[in-house]
Order: sequence, then structure tokens, then C-alpha cells
Amino acid sequence: MTGSNTKSGPILDVQNLTTSFRVDGAWVPVVKDVSFSIGKGETVAIVGESGSGKSVTALSIMRLLQENQSQIEGRIRLDGEDILALDEPAMRDVRGGDIGMIFQEPMTSLNPVLKIGYQVAEVLRRHRGMSASHAEAETLRLFDLVRIPDAKRRLNEYPHSFSGGMRQRAMIAMALACRPKLLIADEPTTALDVTIQAQILELISELQQDIGMAVMFITHDMGVVAEIADRVVVMLRGDKVEEAPAAGLFAAPRHNYTKMLLGAVPKLGGLGESTTPRRFPKLDENGVGEEPANEPDRRAETILEVKNLTTRFAVRGGVLNRPVGSVHAVENVSLSLAAGETLALVGESGCGKSTTGRSILRLLQPAAGSIVFEGQDLMAASPAELRAARRRMQMIFQDPYGSLNPRKTVGAAIAEPMRVHGLKSGPEANVRVGELLELVGLKPEHALRFPHEFSGGQRQRICIARSLALEPSLIVADESVSALDASVKAQVVNLMLDLQKELGLAYLFISHDIAVVERISHRIAVMLLGEIVEIGPRDKILSNPQHPYTKKLIEAVPIPDPAVKRERGGLITEELKSPIRTLDWTAPPRRYLSAGEGHLVMAH
Amino acid sequence: MTMPDVTSAALSRTNYLKITLASVFNGLFKAFNTNKTSWIGLGVFVVVCLLAIFAPLIAPYDPLDQSILYRLKAPSAAHWFGTDYYGRDTLSRILWGARISLTIGLLSISAALVIGTLIGLIAGYFGGRTDIIIMQIMDVLLAFPSLILGLIVVAMLGPSVGNLVVAIALTAIPPFARIARAPTIAVKNREFIEAGHALGYSHWRLMFGHILPNIAPEVLVMGSLWLATAIRVEASLAFIGLGVNPPTPTWGGMIREGFENILDSFWLALFPSLAILIVVFSLNLLGDGLRDAIDPRLKGEQ
Repeated sequence: MTGSNTKSGPILDVQNLTTSFRVDGAWVPVVKDVSFSIGKGETVAIVGESGSGKSVTALSIMRLLQENQSQIEGRIRLDGEDILALDEPAMRDVRGGDIGMIFQEPMTSLNPVLKIGYQVAEVLRRHRGMSASHAEAETLRLFDLVRIPDAKRRLNEYPHSFSGGMRQRAMIAMALACRPKLLIADEPTTALDVTIQAQILELISELQQDIGMAVMFITHDMGVVAEIADRVVVMLRGDKVEEAPAAGLFAAPRHNYTKMLLGAVPKLGGLGESTTPRRFPKLDENGVGEEPANEPDRRAETILEVKNLTTRFAVRGGVLNRPVGSVHAVENVSLSLAAGETLALVGESGCGKSTTGRSILRLLQPAAGSIVFEGQDLMAASPAELRAARRRMQMIFQDPYGSLNPRKTVGAAIAEPMRVHGLKSGPEANVRVGELLELVGLKPEHALRFPHEFSGGQRQRICIARSLALEPSLIVADESVSALDASVKAQVVNLMLDLQKELGLAYLFISHDIAVVERISHRIAVMLLGEIVEIGPRDKILSNPQHPYTKKLIEAVPIPDPAVKRERGGLITEELKSPIRTLDWTAPPRRYLSAGEGHLVMAH
Repeated sequence: MTMPDVTSAALSRTNYLKITLASVFNGLFKAFNTNKTSWIGLGVFVVVCLLAIFAPLIAPYDPLDQSILYRLKAPSAAHWFGTDYYGRDTLSRILWGARISLTIGLLSISAALVIGTLIGLIAGYFGGRTDIIIMQIMDVLLAFPSLILGLIVVAMLGPSVGNLVVAIALTAIPPFARIARAPTIAVKNREFIEAGHALGYSHWRLMFGHILPNIAPEVLVMGSLWLATAIRVEASLAFIGLGVNPPTPTWGGMIREGFENILDSFWLALFPSLAILIVVFSLNLLGDGLRDAIDPRLKGEQ
């Protein structure tokens, strides 16, 4: 910090900020009359769901919005200086100089054809006028600062050899390169795994203490807010609805919307010793309803039995493009599922949980193992038999925008599977489409619209209706609620629980979000590097985890309560190992130990 | 969109089809509006088509009627575009020639569009070895300049309307296969195709029911641009003497004949050249404008 020109008062002072976009010739305000300030060394979290205007607020401060399509009114002062009055060259000095910014997608925010070290050094040369050798030394220091292991070697690597967490570290190093007065972090951990998220949050708060910068932290995740924020600004559709110190906000939220946001955050361990799922309380913009009771236990006979499932992908290389190794995406996985039961498959990205789900439906071809579904051996099924079997086992995908054909009306999309499988046709199918839409909480007339006319949550309901059209007994839900806002997520989970109760569905619920998993599952399987390391009843896994990885995973889940300041075992920087093996690799023999009834742990 | 009291009878296939068609026309209208010059291209092309269709009614003279007395006359009130070596009316010959050019162009490009799209769809959808083999064959065909390939085919089969259509279609199939293959690969990796597999849909249904409608815009835009190329190739072949046999009027053939007298009767080559220019230009305006509308890079900027 230069110190001498630092005046007393807030680092960032935003007064009556109104940002509008031009839509069809008219100005539509997206951020409305928002005021807040951030002091030196303070972290302020801007919280809201999609469409709340939180990212637009950040982009307004950076003046990164397209000029002729947007207008910014109000006053934004950075360290006493009005940045809305600056001309573009002066603003470029502010960006990356006085204000550093990190973005959500570490995968796309680095230039893939330039070495990482060069990209950071470029910032130093541009903003601090350093010579090339000087800048390299400083880059090395920054890499050490953000705990990139083996920094010297990694300076000369390209972004593709960095994992998501490491890229985000490099982005933070870049943002910190010019000792900014203010760091704007726009959902910096949303795309990261929970253990990596914990590391990055820890890193940001530690760096802040060292450097004393102000941090504006944009997020939708109340758990993250509780971990990092001193003060919280809650936004709803462009308005600031509440501002309070973090502790006060969590203890006594005033605005109903804040109450709802907090109510939608599942508290890990909140279900205690109970063994069945529990619905989320009723949530709307008027706040939170009563906490409901647990669902009745309606588990019946086993319908899916998977034994020693193994799926591999060949890795090709060399001049002749020969297979040189394989990704052991799923290795020796065994599990079973009963009607009316939810088995959650949890783990971090790349652990093979999605591959497992797809292999069970045989959307991917497993290398070995057996899948017996409703008494039928799916591994031996012919293509025609398989198509018939898929009527009884359905899948709901992660991206509600991608899993519906944009050129088909909703009704046609829901009716098509029934006609294909000859279940219903003509007027019968039409009636059923209306019924299904009502079943998932939509209206029959929605059948006459296109997917793009719906919000993410509604689309996910449509996808559920479509899979229900075939009257399946098993639904594989692959991160089906991960892309949804917390309140919508709660509604979709409630819908899935209602359907389970009514129709006796079995769910294989694939998710990285353990807090949601707790609400919906009877049993949990934890996956690491393609293998199940622990499987058992939900309450046992969460309250008494046996495998070190399960413990680490549970520990990393942010606790939505600032009063609980957890102890962290220092800054860990480890990365997940790779499941790519050479061709001659043979799996080591695995032994599972019993840790209670139905609770198995891989010997470690 | 407000829907007063929908009964389940409204949720019928015909209704879905109606809504989908309405949306297609709406999208098409928007696409034309994205770059307004495509309206001009469409307008000019439609006028040319109408002139060709009604040539027998509007052509002032019989295009084959020879008259020694009226040889090589300059443009006048009686013969707007002048007359040729045999005293035939150039305007009438251009109008009749449009029929040949457009027929060959439309037929060959329709054939190439259907066959090429099918090939590209199959290659892109199945991928792997199928893809490699098909696209290698396409690459070999693509290595010949379209005029040379057309020349070879016509030289082997002989010049007739049918053979010209075959020759030009053959040169246009590989580009269509390529144009169809790329978006097929992109669309097949979207989740709704995987969802289709999970719903037990057949490959056939996924290819034609789900992927084809999504890649159709790209292919159709390509079609309008290649129609211009086809008309040019047809004219070029006619110019070098491989067109439809004389005395049938074709634009390329007229330019060739006009070329022999270009020093004293330049209009004989000029007017058919202008005709080709106008048609090719209008189709390029149309295609380029529509391409702007479907180009995802430009979508955010409107």
C-alpha cells in the first residue's frame, strides 16, 4: 500500500448506484439505487440468487459493461476518488491496479496459449512498470504467496496443466499483483470442489489479513458467506433488501427474503440420527415455514443390483495414436438400490460418480461387472431389450437448459417417449401430458410453449415430467439440482421426495453437495478416484465417517453459521490424484470392513 | 402468451406442430430482419424466379426464332437488349435461359443438400471409423475444383440437363456433408441427445427428429450460397461448350456466342453476364444476411 494517499474512510463507497440496460430501445434498471461501502481490511459479501444484480454491481464498479448498451448512475468512490468520472485510460489503471478481480470460471479466464507465469508478469509490467526479470521474481513471490506448490516450475506451464483450484490461485495471484486496494471476487469458488473451495476461502481471508485490502465477495452460497464475510448485503431483483454484520444477519435476519435464503441452506448434520429423508420447509418470499417431519420409510424390495462395475476410457497418444493408458473412471463399484429408496453418490469432480450413473443405464459401455435391474441382466441385453429396459430406468441431467430440445414444444417433448414406447397414443397421451405437468407443479397449458420460455427450475420440472412419462421405477439424477438457486433447489428436492412417496421411485442421486444429499437420501456412497471408499446409511456416514476422505469431504462443507468458527488444519494445497493409469496397471486388492449394519469402509 | 382455459384436447400433436411451425416462421422472419439486405436478396431472387416461370408469357419473341434481316441489331425499342448473330431476340433468350439456369441450379443443389446433409449427419452422429472413412472420401471429392469435376462428369456423360444436374450436385455434396457434420457433432454432445438415449429413442429418431431440425438453419444458409455457385458453374460449363446443347438458350452459352462478336456487338455478352451477376449477387445477399442471423458470435450483439 502506498499509504500516503490513503485517506481515512471507506475504500469503496457506492451511493445510489443504478445500472440500466437497453432492452428493445428502453432502459431497464437492473440494479436499483444500491448503496454500500467497504472499509479497509473488511470483507463484504453481496448475496442474492440469479438475476439479483449482484454481478452487474461488480461490473459497474469495474466499468466493464458495454458502454452503449448500459448506463450507470449514482456515485462510486474508490478511496475518495470518483471512478465514474474517470476517462477510459485512467480507468484501465484502476482495473488490475487499484481493483483486482477474480471470476467464477477459472477454466476460461486464463489465456490457454500463454504460459501462466508470463500472464501474471504481464500485469506487473503493465501496471507497475517492472522489467521482465524483476517481474518474474515478483511473480514467483506471488505464486508462493497463493501457495502454488513447486512455483518455480509451474511458472513455465500452460493453463491446461493446472487444475481448477490451481488456476483460481493463479487468478488470485494475478489480481493481487498490483497490491489492489479492493479485491472483487465474483463467485470465485462456485465452480470448484468443496475441499478446494475451503482452501481458496482460507487463502483469501489469510491474504486479506496480510495485505489489509478490502474484499467484495459476490456469492449465492450462504455457507460461504458465513465463512468469510464481515458484513453482508442481500440483493433481490436489483434492490438491496438488507445489510447487516454477518453475525447479526445469521442470528436474526430481518427481511423475509433473507429468512428464505437462510432457510434454503441445509445445515449439515441437521437431520441427526433420523434415517429417512426430510423435505425442505416451505419457502417463498414471505420467509420460511415450519420444519417438516421426516418422510415415512417406504423402502421395499431391491430393484437394482450392481456388482464390480468397471468403466474405462482409453487415453491415446504417441505418433500412432495407440492407447497408452486408460482413465479408470469407475473401478470395481458395487451397490444396490431398493424401490422407494434414495442412494446418494457423492464425491468431487472427476471421481467417476456421473460415469457410474451413465454406466448403470448403459449410456456408456462398462468394461466389466454385472448390472441386474428388476431381475434383468442389463450387461447381456440386446439393443432392443436395452431400449425397452430404459423405459423403467430414467435419467435427469444437470443442465436444465441443455437437456430439452430447444426446437420442440414442451408437450411434444413429454409425449414423445410415450409414443415411442407405445405406452399411450393420441388423445390418451395428450391427457397424460397435462396430468404429468400438473404432477410436477406446472400447468397443462405450459405444454404449448418452448423450453426457452421457462426458468431453470421449471425446466428441471419439465425434465422430471418427461422421465415420469415412462412410469420408471428408477431415476438416476445426475447433479439435477446443482445448477439451481437455493430456494428453487429446495422446491425441486421437495418435488422429488413427493414423487418418491407417491410412486415408490428409487433414486440414484449423484451430487457433490453433501448438505443437499443429507435431505434427500437414505443411504450414501462416497466415491474417490473411481472407487467407492465408504457406503452406508446416511446418518452413520455423516455422524460417524470412517474413511479419511469422507471425513475430509464432510469437514470442508461450509457451515452456514458465522458463530461456528471452525479450526482449520493450516492451508492445505494438495490436489486430487489422477485416475489415469498405464495399460499394465492392475487394481490393488481392496477389502471392505464393516463399520456397523450396512456400513462398509474400504480398508485404508 | 395467454392461454385461455386449455383443455387436454388442445395438447394434441397437430397443435404442437402448428406452434412449432409458427415459431419456425417467426424465427425466419427475425433472421431476415437481422440483416435487412437479405430481404433485398430474397426480393430480387423471387422476381428472377417469376420472370423465369412466366417467360413463355412475357418474352416478347420466340427465343429460337431466327431472322437474317435483324442480325446483330443494337438495343432498340423493338429489341430492348438487341439481337444476336442469327437475329434472335436477346431479352427473350435471357428470360428463357433463366429457366435452364435456375432449374439446373435448384435441382442440383436440392439433391446435393439432401444427400450431403444425410452423409454429414451420419458421419457426425456415428463418429469414429464411419466418420473417418466418409469424410476421407468427401475430402478426395473436395480436392477437385468444382469446375474441373463438373467438366470430367459432363465430358463422360455428355451434355444434357440431367447430366449437368448430376455433375454439379456431385461437386456440391462434399461441402454440404462438411457443413452438416460440424453442427451435428456439436448437437449430438448436448444433453438432450443423451437424454434421448436414456429415453430409449432409436438412432434414426435422434438423427432426424432431434438433430436435423437443429442443424437445418446452417445447411439451408449454405444452400442459398451454393445455389449461386451452382448457377455460376453451370454458366461456366456452358461457356466452354459443355452446357445444354444449342440452340436451347443458356446464359453461359449466350456469353460464349456473344464473345465472338464482342468488339462490334458487346451487348450480346453484356446482358447475360449481368443476368448471372444479378442472380448470384441476390443469392449472396440472401445467404450472407441469413448467416449473420445464425452466427452465434453475433447473437449477443443485437
